[in-house]
Amino acid sequence: MVELGLVSDERRRRRNRKAAKPVVTLDEHIVEVISDSGEGAQRCGQSFGSIAARMGNGIWTVEIIPAEIQPPARSIAGASGNRIRVASGPVTNGGDEADLVVALNEQVLLARLRADELKSGCIILLESEWQGARDPAIADSYFQVRDELVADGFQVYDIPMEEECLHYVADARRGKNMFVLGMLCSIYSLDMRLAREQIAVAFASKGDSVVQTNLQLLDAGHDWAEDNLDFKFEIPATRSPEPQIVVNGNTALGLGVLASGMEVCAMYPITPATSASHYLSDVFEAVGGVVHQAEDEIAACAFAIGASYAGKCAVTITSGPGYSLKQEAIGLAVMGEIPLVVVDVQRGGPSTGQPTKAEQGDLLAACFGGHGDAPKVIMGAATIEDCFYSMITARKIAETFHTVVVVLTDANLATAQQPFPRPQFTEDWLAPPVDQSTIGMGAKPYDWDARTGLARRFVPGQPFGMHCLTGLAHDRGSRVAYDPQINQEGLRHRSLKLAALQKTLKTPPLFGDPEGDVLVVGWGSTQGAIEEAVGRVRKDGHKVGSLHLKFLQPLASGIKEAMAKFDKVMTVENSWCDSLEDELIDEDSRRYANLEWLLRARYLVDVDCWSEVKGRPIKPGAVAQAILEKLNGER
Amino acid sequence: MTDPIPQCVFRAEDERYTLADYQGEEPRWCTGCGDNAILAAVQRLCRDEQLPPERTVFVSGIGCSSRFPHYMNGYGFHGIHGRSLPVAEGIKMARPDLHVFVSTGDGDCCSIGTAHWIHAIRYNMDMTVMLHDNRVYGLTKMQVSPTSPQGLQTKTTPRGAYLEPLNPLTVTLGVANASFVAQAVDWIPELMHDIIESAFHHKGFSFIRVLQRCPEFLPDMFEPWVQDPAKTLLLVHEDGLQPSPSLSKTYKNQEAHDPADLTRAREIASVEDPIPVGILYRNDDMPRYEEIRPTDRSYTPDTIKGALEAELDKFTIAPANGGEDEDTAKP
Ligand SMILES: Cc1ncc(C[n+]2csc(CCOP(=O)(O)OP(=O)(O)O)c2C)c(N)n1
Ligand code: SF4
Repeated sequence: MVELGLVSDERRRRRNRKAAKPVVTLDEHIVEVISDSGEGAQRCGQSFGSIAARMGNGIWTVEIIPAEIQPPARSIAGASGNRIRVASGPVTNGGDEADLVVALNEQVLLARLRADELKSGCIILLESEWQGARDPAIADSYFQVRDELVADGFQVYDIPMEEECLHYVADARRGKNMFVLGMLCSIYSLDMRLAREQIAVAFASKGDSVVQTNLQLLDAGHDWAEDNLDFKFEIPATRSPEPQIVVNGNTALGLGVLASGMEVCAMYPITPATSASHYLSDVFEAVGGVVHQAEDEIAACAFAIGASYAGKCAVTITSGPGYSLKQEAIGLAVMGEIPLVVVDVQRGGPSTGQPTKAEQGDLLAACFGGHGDAPKVIMGAATIEDCFYSMITARKIAETFHTVVVVLTDANLATAQQPFPRPQFTEDWLAPPVDQSTIGMGAKPYDWDARTGLARRFVPGQPFGMHCLTGLAHDRGSRVAYDPQINQEGLRHRSLKLAALQKTLKTPPLFGDPEGDVLVVGWGSTQGAIEEAVGRVRKDGHKVGSLHLKFLQPLASGIKEAMAKFDKVMTVENSWCDSLEDELIDEDSRRYANLEWLLRARYLVDVDCWSEVKGRPIKPGAVAQAILEKLNGER
Repeated sequence: MTDPIPQCVFRAEDERYTLADYQGEEPRWCTGCGDNAILAAVQRLCRDEQLPPERTVFVSGIGCSSRFPHYMNGYGFHGIHGRSLPVAEGIKMARPDLHVFVSTGDGDCCSIGTAHWIHAIRYNMDMTVMLHDNRVYGLTKMQVSPTSPQGLQTKTTPRGAYLEPLNPLTVTLGVANASFVAQAVDWIPELMHDIIESAFHHKGFSFIRVLQRCPEFLPDMFEPWVQDPAKTLLLVHEDGLQPSPSLSKTYKNQEAHDPADLTRAREIASVEDPIPVGILYRNDDMPRYEEIRPTDRSYTPDTIKGALEAELDKFTIAPANGGEDEDTAKP
């Protein structure tokens, strides 16, 4: 048993000697913890977020991931860590620039500075061990960066983390993260009891002595900050009355697969999608589920199709390059009307692009990327919670309409954490099993309904349902069609199914003003940033609204009407769009962003776009700026 | 998984399935195409085994040979070029109770689908796989195949195929977990039937390379072997083929080969002339993927709820008390 209370008694006495410093109350703060990879900044950041969330704060965490497994130490490319946005109320995105940064060396700090991730003049807590580095180049580098930052107005604090940690551990590299956590708990007046619980749980599997050491480090960090720092904050929290869960988007996807009743997930590892399958691999077997790591994405998709064909809808999870490989098989599932859920956790592209970075450039590929006319359903998850529920919805639609449902998420959602209300299981989540009633003799496997294109599905094992499913054009009996009329029929009915689904979709709710100057339309993980930006601009008296689309194909009714109520419409997207500022770009040559293309094509409306492809989530400040420019006619 | 409906239908003697019960559409292969013989052998097997047609699934890719499922009466899956094996694996994983057969061409299996072929051998799932090897691309009208003999003139190799052919038998026998490898020829139907029967009864991935004549594009390819029985080496064994006396009279060139002998199987496999016919290798003890992976799908909504709640517990931040504990470090 771990005694959580023991460590702190003596310390509390010691601390009480100190005069309390003034506590500044804040609405929110953005904190970053960054280090070389392997120093545990990610665990520190996540723990900090979890403790704040348990206190009732709104949080959004963003992982800062180096692209290599073992980047060189003290390098700009190696910056690894976590950004945690903590607020009094709910948080929907990672926010703008950081207010406080803890850096374990000056190089990783530079990485964030160069990426424009630090608010000017923000607080920087910098590990000071490098001052005395044996290699004079390291010490020089430390002082150079540090002095420049001070000259630029940043509030830099040199913190002897290494020295302090060495009181407790032989290798401070392995303990600093908990020292930092302790400092953050002090700085933000977090509940140390919760912090201790967090550590006890996080290190439980490693045994008591590890837990005790980490608790000591936590306390040491806390006390050091209490005694040596001249500032202290508090972000008042309001605890939500109902239980919340905190997971990242990929875990939410895995939980959603579990909750949907799907039983087969076939995949091939690809960043940033893989962790969803890692999670599922741990838990799926408990309900008879199987995660099959196939030999490649084509096989994964074909395996899922085989499993779906034989009974119940299966899922295949991938990212952009893997999605491209699956395209031919997806065409087969559309043609054979086999239910299938495909998840594309988008990353930067094309090609290997930016594997760990956020981008949403696969929308058009998902809608139209296959060969021939292959109508399928495309959904975009906008929040972590959506990642969970979209799996349940996707399976239901796939099984109801016997079609492929593609769910797009992205690297931002994959690794971000945000609390949401704990899902309450209901049996409706498990879509009804395949219709097992007797098949009448002579019944046809594609007996398309003239209005909806729907037909009953026959599954192997069912007497009188025998037919040969084929990717060739086929008639209602699944016989290869040589008659031109039959091909026309097949395409028509497969297309009608999307119309049938479209009739059931609700118009997405409008955020902000229902009419006015500018309407912002978005999809996917940008929802939080867009709505926050719209909120800010409205505070300044502008009439602005936003619309966030969950179904990208088919599009719900009412979108055109919503757009008509605004003078200008623009999309905000994390994907490429040509800029009219480039000499050769004009209305004839401009390539639009994905959603912009879709809206223009469908609604014949002059839609503009603001987009960014910097491999990171879009910031609300940048969106607000873009909206203002649009309002002022500057774009 | 969807539980199979129990087929407790008692079939009286006169209700036995006949060959006609397994016949699907009228085959459209060329006259004399070896695929016809494979079809006949499989239909005979189904009849002999009295397989309920609704419990059979015939999976294929694309090619002349991949039209096979259309000509059977059962569930068929005529998918995309090269991907028949992963589709069949998904079916078997979801429904281990179904009898799964795969028809694949030499282009389908040994070119575009090679990765799947190699891995299917490793997975060793219970299915009967027939490689219809006509040593040329038929459907697309005579391009070179990985199994085309060196020097073969095709439309893409008008000056003759450049490379040594790939040998599907040695490749299969070289993969870890191979559990059943046999070779048949379309022109000895009796043996083909016996081989397919053994393959069907083997629990695991049963791979049969069938040398299949394509009179349309390569009318002479197998003629020397068809004409001269001495150019065929029959593999016989009490655990393997036992040809009838009449057949043995024609095919006198025989070797007693124990299918358990992998080393000898590899040697035999590497000989192209005489053509070995029979069971090269069989090992019933190889693990099967559908068995090593959990197959108990008897869950209920309650089990799903239970598992989900247990997971959600791990991630739940309860609206706990306000942290006003003695031990709190708050100022
Ligand atoms: C992705 C893709 N590439 C190419 C083709 C064209 N194609 C169809 S069948 C075939 C090869 C057929 O040869 P084989 O597999 O040996 O079968 P056979 O027709 O000889 O029975 C090719 C290249 C296709 N259908 N799909
Ligand atoms: S082209 Fe060759 S393989 Fe194809 S059906 Fe005709 S004979 Fe058979």
